[in-house]
Amino acid sequence: MKKKPRIGVFKFASCDGCQLSLLDLEDELVALAGAVDIAFFPEMSSNMRGGPYEIGLVEGSVTTHHDAERIHQIRKQCQTLVAIGACATAGGIQALRNWGDTQQWVNQVYASPEFIQTLSMSTPISGHVPVDFELRGCPVNKYQLLELVSATLAGRKPNVPSYSVCVECKRHGNMCIAVSQGIACLGPATQAGCGALCPTYNRGCYGCYGPAESASSTILAEHLLKDGHAPDQVIRAFRSFNAGSWQFRQAAEGKGLQ
Amino acid sequence: MIESVEPRKKSGTIKVDYMARVEGEGALDIKLKNGQVQDVKLKIFEPPRLFEALLHGRHFTEVPDITARICGICPIAYQMTSVHAIERALGITAHPMVRLLRRLLYSGEWIESHVLHIYMLHAPDFLGYRDFVELAKDYPQEATEALRMKKLGNRIMSLLGGREIHPVSVTIGGFYKVPSKADLLPLVDELKAALDIALAKTKFLGGFEYPDFEQAYEFVALSHPDEYPLNEGRLVSNRGLNIDASQYEDRFVELHVKHSHALHSVIRGRDSYQVGPLARFNLNYGKLPVVAQQAADLCDLRPPCLNPFKSILARAVETVFAIDECLRVIKEYEPPPAPKVSYEVRASTGQAITEAPRGIQYNRFSFDDNGLILSSRIVPPTSQNQKRIEDDLRSLVPALIEQPMDELTRRCEQAVRNYDPCISCATHFLKIKVDRE
Repeated sequence: MKKKPRIGVFKFASCDGCQLSLLDLEDELVALAGAVDIAFFPEMSSNMRGGPYEIGLVEGSVTTHHDAERIHQIRKQCQTLVAIGACATAGGIQALRNWGDTQQWVNQVYASPEFIQTLSMSTPISGHVPVDFELRGCPVNKYQLLELVSATLAGRKPNVPSYSVCVECKRHGNMCIAVSQGIACLGPATQAGCGALCPTYNRGCYGCYGPAESASSTILAEHLLKDGHAPDQVIRAFRSFNAGSWQFRQAAEGKGLQ
Repeated sequence: MIESVEPRKKSGTIKVDYMARVEGEGALDIKLKNGQVQDVKLKIFEPPRLFEALLHGRHFTEVPDITARICGICPIAYQMTSVHAIERALGITAHPMVRLLRRLLYSGEWIESHVLHIYMLHAPDFLGYRDFVELAKDYPQEATEALRMKKLGNRIMSLLGGREIHPVSVTIGGFYKVPSKADLLPLVDELKAALDIALAKTKFLGGFEYPDFEQAYEFVALSHPDEYPLNEGRLVSNRGLNIDASQYEDRFVELHVKHSHALHSVIRGRDSYQVGPLARFNLNYGKLPVVAQQAADLCDLRPPCLNPFKSILARAVETVFAIDECLRVIKEYEPPPAPKVSYEVRASTGQAITEAPRGIQYNRFSFDDNGLILSSRIVPPTSQNQKRIEDDLRSLVPALIEQPMDELTRRCEQAVRNYDPCISCATHFLKIKVDRE
């Protein structure tokens, strides 16, 4: 029998939601565990085995010296390294510290700040080691995650679209909430993958899948201002779960937002 | 990963470097000397994410989406607690039908989270497996049924909020969009089937072997005059505590215990306490619907239960309650006239407590006249149980001292899992020292 490919699931600063997506694959979990060897996944199993791994799935951002070292060790053990979710691909919501005074924040939250060892920035995995693929989303779409694992094992490119949320909205037959109701929506500049959830639930997209490759976040920011949305609101819209991505970072620092 | 396995030695260290089957990154350190416990540390090395600080300057409407990201396993608990705190600050009350929908959404999370913990994280301890996949090979029917219930919990959250992790529909005053009655009705058949499964499974879980271990706990949970508590009520205990959420910070205090890296929550002038399913069950047994009381009978769980290992049974009983609650809500639900009530933004402060699957969560938010957050405080359940977990281990270890070290270690890990600790939650405010000897 052919040896089953080994998978490792690794956690950095995060909410656990992206790795939980694996356990939320209720219909596929048992089959998945049969097809691959889940060799390291502490949230699921006490049976933790060392590398090398064919695939390493990394959740979370790097926020400590120790983690900045640990990611290099993990990279060495993984043939294919995939960053999953907004924390691993853009630094996550905790990257808001990148615009603040981290030491002051630590003092504000903790009574004994001297015990806290943290870096002043929250950075994505790609800021530290080469990453073979980035799966976006806060959280990731569990079916995209499954597709990614299948594709990697089959040696093909994962079928993960890079167009914007607008395409999904059109496909759903949603009336555009930005045009018809004047709601601030990041859909035009945000990568698809969620199924245009927020507009379908009658609210503006808040960009949790990060910037779409083909769209300009900066032009969207200018457009939102022109539509009468307040500058501080526009800045906050781009400074959320994917604040650390360069496109959203640039958009929040654009014309009229200084 | 057990580091030092020295069988039948009365001195030494039980060291679990990376606790498996818990949410987040933690370690366990127990120091023994001549059969006595010298020190117990449940270490948290999950990196801090500084949520209370990053909320500063955000608009209060953004809070439920942001705090949900503290925890992927119980995002609804963060969304619910924050909307209630902010609504109290604004002096608004959601429509009764919105209140019902929130109970439906929260029940969905309870089902998903409880079933995940019972079968995937905790049952393997009782049955001697390392994980759910191993368990599923020997118990295929139980595994299939567990996955079916878990999926139903997720389906409820997805229906109301678009997705099960970080749903998008919850907002201050109500929902961005509410379902029609017809949207909910397709859930009924599956809920009825799940109710039968959950009820039958309490008997299966009741058959596990439970260590003979009891502690004199102070149990703390919400209490509501008419309902088993989810979203509201007074905070009560079996030792006479009875307060409103606005008094929480007067009565609860977080101590820095020497040699411990975590903030320990205690009741002022008293000691550690327990929150979660067992606390709720013991304090609110009379509010459980008949079918959930039946479930408790099937597994021989009666209040007051002082054995923390039986928290898995309280979780099973609450799963029955949550499924039954979904059926009740769907029966009573009619769409409200508007998805959310309107409000005027003004400077204010509000507090709220709700029952997350793991126990009470406390939130306080203050904001200015523009609705921008000035200060916030978030106390999740795991931090409140943390001192109690260490106290349990301190009592448990001497009784097991004759056991081989790996068995002792296994039991200690199981005892930590009694509390379904969510370290991702606890971390954003816990005191942490990365200690890597």
